[in-house]
Amino acid sequence: MDKILGDKIHGIAEKFPALNQTVNGRRLVYLDSAATSMRPRAVLDAIDAFYARDAANPHRGLYDMAQRATEAYEGARAATAKFIGADTDETVFTRNATEALNIIAYSFAPLVLQNGGSIVIPILEHHSNLVPWQVAAKKYGATLRYLYIDRATGEIPDAELKKIDADTKIVAFAHVSNVLGNMLPVNKLVAAAKAVRAVTVLDAAQSIPHFGLDLRALDVDFAAFSGHKMYAPMGIGVLYGKKKLLDSMPPFLYGGDMIEDVREQDTDFLPPPSRFEAGTQNAGGAVGLAAAIEFIESIGYDAIATHEAALIRRLVAGLNALPDVTVIGSTDENEPRFGAVSFNINGVHPHDAATILNDYGVAIRAGKHCAHPLLKYLDVEFNACCRASLDVYSTNADVDALLDAIPAVRKQLKL
Amino acid sequence: MPLDSIYTELITEHSRDKRNRRHVEGATCSHRGVNPSCGDELTLELRVQSGVIEDAAFTGSGCAISQASASMMTDLLRGRPVADANRIAEKFLGMIKGEITDEADLEELDEAAALQGVSKMPARVKCAVLPWHTYQQAIADPPGNPA
Repeated sequence: MDKILGDKIHGIAEKFPALNQTVNGRRLVYLDSAATSMRPRAVLDAIDAFYARDAANPHRGLYDMAQRATEAYEGARAATAKFIGADTDETVFTRNATEALNIIAYSFAPLVLQNGGSIVIPILEHHSNLVPWQVAAKKYGATLRYLYIDRATGEIPDAELKKIDADTKIVAFAHVSNVLGNMLPVNKLVAAAKAVRAVTVLDAAQSIPHFGLDLRALDVDFAAFSGHKMYAPMGIGVLYGKKKLLDSMPPFLYGGDMIEDVREQDTDFLPPPSRFEAGTQNAGGAVGLAAAIEFIESIGYDAIATHEAALIRRLVAGLNALPDVTVIGSTDENEPRFGAVSFNINGVHPHDAATILNDYGVAIRAGKHCAHPLLKYLDVEFNACCRASLDVYSTNADVDALLDAIPAVRKQLKL
Repeated sequence: MPLDSIYTELITEHSRDKRNRRHVEGATCSHRGVNPSCGDELTLELRVQSGVIEDAAFTGSGCAISQASASMMTDLLRGRPVADANRIAEKFLGMIKGEITDEADLEELDEAAALQGVSKMPARVKCAVLPWHTYQQAIADPPGNPA
């Protein structure tokens, strides 16, 4: 690790209060960051300061405190929009990526699926970018087509892209798989969709903690991500949509703060983003998201990526070196992965593995990772797997603690 | 929670035991139980004649705790009158909920009493109870009409 990078990353875990705890008498080794990342003190302080001082209801009051609340909330939107290469009126605050994807499926999908057609998604999608499309397809008489991956590499073979055809109205895909950790070929998917005038939806929930998101450059039509996977609190997320698309969509929820004028029998709605933010919003969460963005920018994605890539190589190489461990997807330690590595301990159900590892203070995710169709398709033992995932605060010691504890699992089960 | 009280010899053996992992000839009722959060799934088959569980077995896959619990349960319920089996299922569930702790009272659970430690692991309770809830559903199905 070079000096500058070392200075930025070294000791960063100390900034995360939740990482400083013991489990079963051992140091907590948190390797479930793909489920949710921990928050640095700076994010917690920003939320606390908002609620301690500025937390009137944004957009409503005419007094100073309400003005500060509005500035905090809209300031968070401006920071978020700038961070992802979007305009503020294209940046809608939601609860999480799931809600953002549902807004697209509820409010936009019917506009293009009136005459049926197809929705195309990769088989590796998280349920949040799968179930809404499955339901929309059923509701509007469309078909849901899957792009199958190469099981050995996690990649989508070019031939699969032919499923994006003249019938296709929506192509939705993750930026990074929450199970395999691999990046999807966004440029190819966008090009294939554009060729047939289909709309693209990017689920950036698993990418934004690890590398920058430039939505203008990617040229996707919609995008979604959650704050809680990028050092921000739970309950704040973002829906991005190109302006003309958001403008075309009816509201998802109706209520206060999203209307222009309400008469007894009809209502005029505000333009986006307000149109999609009915009711009092999670302003504290938005403030926390802005603080998380500031935290990421203070380190820089280059430093984050370099640090995490080294950890991933160490982890994959270490897993490969252990007997009775199977890495899921590519087993090449140099293959780029972002945040997550999945594996199985042969003959051991992942839940038993997670329970036993917990005894060593190691927190991993085990099961089907909200990706049942993928786990079934991968045809791995128990149709489930263990997943270790990391963020910028993760260390070599964390990776080694997992690798050191794994042999205890089969031993405990007398295998 | 000491792991050795969960992953006992008895439980790890039962989790791999193949005796009760099969189809039941002439099954009169069956039910598929699933833990959606973890993907444990098992199909329990029963042959009930004149109010007696003549045979019980299961198929499916899951963690060591759910598989051991299913294996122990089928051993325990086979040959019992349904009313008796229902009472035992309630007792097992009571033990896992931590409501029944008296050792003498748990004696009739036989080997399944070895799962008592799971009552102290909230995250794994659903694994231990899956076969027993599946039994309750299976027995509630009308005989001769396998689900």
